[in-house]
Order: sequence, then structure tokens, then C-alpha cells
Amino acid sequence: MWNDLILTLQDANTQWVLFGSILLGIASGVLGSFALLRKQSLIGDAMAHAALPGICIAFLLYGTKSIGWFLVGAAISGLIATYFIQTIITHSRIKEDTAIGLVLSVFFGFGIVLLTKIAQSENGNQSGLDDFIFGQAASLVGTDVKVISGVAIALLIITFLLFKELKLFTFDRQFAKGIGLPTGVLNALLMTLIVSAVVIGLQAVGVVLMAAMLITPAISARYWTDRLDRMVIIAGGIGALSGMLGTILSSLASSLPTGPVIVVAATLIFIFSLVFAPQRGLVSKGLKLYKLRKEVARETVLQSMFDLTETAATTGGEIGFSKDDLVERRPMSDRKLQANLAILQKEGLITKTSVDLWKLTSKGAIESYEITLNNRLFETYLMYEMKFANLQLVANDSWNYKEIPSRTLSELKEYMEIHDRTPKLDPELFAAGGIYSDQSDYQRREVN
Amino acid sequence: MSYGAWIILTGSLVGVSCGIVGCFLILRKMAMLADAISHTVLLGIVLAYLVSHSLEGIYMLVGAGIIGLLTAFLVQVLDTSGVQSDAAIGVVFTSLFAFGVILLSAFAGQVHLDVNHALMGEITFIPWDTLTINGIELGPSAVWMLGIVLILNLTLIFLFYKEIKISSFDPAMATAIGIPVVFIHYLLMSMVSITTVASFDSVGAILVVAMLIVPGATAYLLTDRLLIMLLISAFIGVASAVGGYYAALAWNVSIAGSMASIAGLIFGATFILSPKHGLMGKVLARRSISAQHS
Repeated sequence: MWNDLILTLQDANTQWVLFGSILLGIASGVLGSFALLRKQSLIGDAMAHAALPGICIAFLLYGTKSIGWFLVGAAISGLIATYFIQTIITHSRIKEDTAIGLVLSVFFGFGIVLLTKIAQSENGNQSGLDDFIFGQAASLVGTDVKVISGVAIALLIITFLLFKELKLFTFDRQFAKGIGLPTGVLNALLMTLIVSAVVIGLQAVGVVLMAAMLITPAISARYWTDRLDRMVIIAGGIGALSGMLGTILSSLASSLPTGPVIVVAATLIFIFSLVFAPQRGLVSKGLKLYKLRKEVARETVLQSMFDLTETAATTGGEIGFSKDDLVERRPMSDRKLQANLAILQKEGLITKTSVDLWKLTSKGAIESYEITLNNRLFETYLMYEMKFANLQLVANDSWNYKEIPSRTLSELKEYMEIHDRTPKLDPELFAAGGIYSDQSDYQRREVN
Repeated sequence: MSYGAWIILTGSLVGVSCGIVGCFLILRKMAMLADAISHTVLLGIVLAYLVSHSLEGIYMLVGAGIIGLLTAFLVQVLDTSGVQSDAAIGVVFTSLFAFGVILLSAFAGQVHLDVNHALMGEITFIPWDTLTINGIELGPSAVWMLGIVLILNLTLIFLFYKEIKISSFDPAMATAIGIPVVFIHYLLMSMVSITTVASFDSVGAILVVAMLIVPGATAYLLTDRLLIMLLISAFIGVASAVGGYYAALAWNVSIAGSMASIAGLIFGATFILSPKHGLMGKVLARRSISAQHS
């Protein structure tokens, strides 16, 4: 196996092919990132399919297989297909996905017609045309690779030089237009770049699967970063890696077409990113959710303890609460409640008064007071959201009353008082053994 | 029946089945999902063959149905986990299709199904592959399979017409009045899968997409009523099949390819000439408005 691999890699032609498919992977990963962010991933699919009639017409006109003319033919018919798609969307009520599917399948059908025509024509040496459907990197020869690499490098240079403009155009077309960038030209340029990336990949990856070279590395890269420059580099790297793996594997087993192997390699990288990427990956999302749930459960129990203590203190009831009391205050499964009580006891926030009764410790009183105050202030805020629009809160998990300006906070506290939601249990007095329950006295303290 | 008549019949059955199912895909903006399913069905067929070691229709239908639903499901899963929907479709169909092609090449000696055949179909062989029961020849098996799938589709559409209609035009309302929208979604996806696999033999994976999308899109430009749209779409499906057959005969090219090309031509003509939603109609309407105001 390894000997085979080394032998294969020593072959000059394989080295060329490998070099070509790595460059191809980089170019399609980089341009795919732009296509993805502009939500035009499937247009790449349409372009690839639509390239088939262009290749066939180039063959019919030129007479023999010539990579240069194939690229020209494929690029022209790919651009025509893109133009048709945009015309259908703007001038009729047909939606984008239908327009893409329609143009793609009709162009491909026409391509098949031409392919059968070529097969019967007198110069029927159509060898190589079939390779365009699934791709066969092994069929690439030195000159093909030189053309492919040349185009790929040109694409990368253009993208690098115009990176700032393309970035602005991708994210905010209106603004780009506003500051005087020629958006029409940029749109046409980006489309041409994408078509070129698709076209140079056709012989190695094939028309059917070329879309994956644009989509899969880009969407995988999206998992690892929020910055376009990094995304472009990562996508290029993933494209290069899958191009390399696909070429090596398919040159080892001659029956395997290159395109599908490259695509499967890219998909495996995608699945890895989907699961393991930091922040966006499923594992890290799951961990985050688990932590959040744990914290919420802990706070819920603490707040219930506070509520019960507060009620007992103001009505002069017994301090010490059973699990049933807690469940009645805020429903929770028995197992979860038991686990949280154990955690809180270990942290020294609650203690057992008797067999099955719990009460807050002085430390617990302070923490549960903070939690309760924070939550009740948030409830009050929600009731008067319009009055406090100046806070400009986005997500409720960022609510922390200590971050609110003091004037707004005292306003909020007034509203909280109106609704009788001010926490009536003073944690310090509670800790000192007393229980603060006198309403007017409480208000006086609070004003001071 | 003559050789040509069987091919026309097969093509027309493909046209009618795909045309009818395709209308719903267009109304529900799921054309690309159908494109995805038509590709992944290849994996279903290869797996069905590797499991059952037979190329009989029923195994193919089951395998394709399962993989078709799996495709729709995976796209849904990726979509809800935050991948934008076009990329989700792109990733799922290319990977499953690539996997199918690899399996096909790896077991090429065993599967009597070559990749080009799967992709482009071989309608010319259909009349020879006949169904024989008790020594009585009953016509091409593809015709039987397509006929059964067509009847199945029509029955399902007839039974759930109202539900499909409401959930296609107003999914929010459909959910509100208690229609099982998710069930209808997967029902349609199963219909797409089995229609695709039944048409697969005749027209191949990618041209099925043409037959699914193009007649429906053309009909969508001609009418505002669902029932009429279904009828027009079926009719255009048949017209492209018949037209495609004779065009292919005249120029001696792929029948499936020319069916797609004819469908494309019909769409192009409609796009320009349609009285209400076409280019000409719009130009005329604009002109009459400016004439009134001048």
C-alpha cells in the first residue's frame, strides 16, 4: 500500500495532476466562500451542468479535444445559463430555485443531445468528453494541468487584489453602491470568477459534482470563523486537502472516478467541522446548552428557596421547606431537584434543618437574594419594556442589573415596588439571625 | 404495439407523472430539493441492488424511497442546525451521490447498471425489457412500473388534494387548522422519490429534474388555478416526450436529452409569449397603461 503510494507519487504525471487538483481545490474553496455568503451556492451547480453543452459545441467547432477551447466554451455557456437564470427571476414570477433547476436540467439535456451527436459524428474520437461527467483526474495531461493551474493562479491573484471590494460587495451591496463602487461590474466579475473556477474543475471533478467543490469547503470553513479573510483561507485549505486526498486515492484504485472521491473527502471534513468546531459545532453547542440548563436549574432552586423563605418570613411561618414545597413553587423533576439540592448543600448555600426540610444558609441567602433581585428586575423591565427602550437589550441572557445605569435602575426599582415585587428579605439581617419583614422600614432602608 | 409507440407511451407516462408532481414542487419552492433527490436516488438503487441482488422494480422503489426521504430529512436537519438551506441541499446531494457513484464503481462487476446509463437513461432499451407473467407477454416492465406509480400519485393527490393545496399556498394557516404539514411534506418527498426512480430507467437522473421542473414552471406562467396548472403541466410533459422522441429520431440523438431540450423550448416560448406572466404580456400591459396616461 505505502509502496504503491510512493511509486504513484514519484510518477511525474501524478505529481502534475496532484499539483493541479490542489490549486483547483484552493481556487474553488476561495470563490465558493463568496458564492456561499451571497447565497448562490446552487448557481455553481447550474453553471457546472450548463458547461456541458459549451464543451460539446467547442468540440464540434474545433474538431478535437483541446482544454483551452473547452474552457472557453464551458465558460460562455455557464455565463449564458447564469444570465438566463437571472432573467427568469427578474422578468417572471418564477422563483430562484425553480429557475436554477430549470436552466440546469435543460442545458444538461441539451448537452447530452450534443454528446450523442458527437459520438456518431465521423471524427467520433470523443474520448475524454465522457470524463467531464464524473471527472477523471488521471486523464489530465501536462498541458491540461498547466492551463488549469494558470487559470487557478490568475483567479487567486484577482481575488487577492480585489479582496476589499469583493468583501464589501458581498456583505453590503447597497453601501458598496453608495460609496461609488461599480457593483454591476463587480457582480459580473464575481460570476465570471466563479464560472472559471467551475470550468477548470470540470475535467477533474466532473459536471455533476463540481458544485460540491464550491459549497462543501466553504460551508465547512464557515464553522471555524466569522471573518471572511480567515474563512477564505480555511476554505482554500480544505479544498486543497480534499483535492489531494481524492487524487491520491483515485490514482491508487484505477476504477474509482476522481470527482466522487474528492467530494467524499470534502464531506468528511464538513462532518468533522459540523461536529467538532469550537462555538458552532454540535459538541460545543451541546456542552453550552448543558451548562446553561445546569445553571438555570441551580438558580431555579435557589430562587424557590428565596421565595419560600420570603413568604414564611413575612407571614411568620416556619423556615424550612420540603421538596414538595419547592416543586409546588417551580415544577422540576424529582431527580433533578435532588441533584441540585445536593450541589447547593455542597456549596454551603443551603442546609438541612431536619430529615427532609431545607433552609438557606447566610451565604445562600446572599446569593439567592442577588438572583431573585436580578430576575424580578428583569420581569419588571419586561412589563415596561417600551419605557426602558434606551437599554437596547438584545438577548435576555445578558441581563445583569449591575450593568444598568443607576438612574434607570432606581426607576426600575420604583416600578418593581408598585407591583410589590421588591424582595422583602434582607440577606444580611437574615444572616444575623433576624428576619426583615417590615414593609415601611424596608423602603426606608432602600431609599437610603 | 410498435417499438416507437412503446417509447412514446413510456415517455408520456414519465411526462404526466413528473409534470403533476412537479407543480407542487414549484409552488412549495422545493425544486432544488427535487434535484437533490433525483441525484441521491442513485445511491438508493445501488444499495437496493447490493442488498437484494436483483434489479426488480419493487426493490428499486423501496431503496429509492428510503434514500429520497433520507435526503429530505438530512437537508432539514442541516437547515435547522444553522446551515443555510441552499448549501444544505448542495452538501447532502453531492455527498450521497458521490457515495453512490463510488459504490457503483467499486461493485461495477456485479451491478448491471453503468453510471452513464443511470445518468442519461436508456429509453431505447425499454421495449425489449418486457414483463412476462405465466408466459404471457404483458408489454415493457417500465410501462407497468410507471403506470403503477402514476396511479399511486394520482390516488394520493386525490385523497390529500385539499391538504396539499392549503399547505403549499399557506403553510402557516395549514398548521393552524391542524393539517399535518410535516406529513404532507414527506408524503410529497416520497412521491418525488418513487416518480424519480420509476422514470430513472427511461430518462436518467438529471433529465428527471427537467421533466419535474420544466412543465410545472411553464404551467405556472399560464394559469393561476391549481387544477388547471396540473392539467397543463401534464399536457406539456406529454408534449415534450412526444416532441422529444421525434426530434431525436430526426437527428439521431439521445431521446432523453431531446425531451429535456424540447421542454426547455416550450418553456422559452411560454416565457416570451404567455399572455399574463410572459415578457410580451408585460410589455403590452405597460404600453396600454402608458397609452391611457398620455
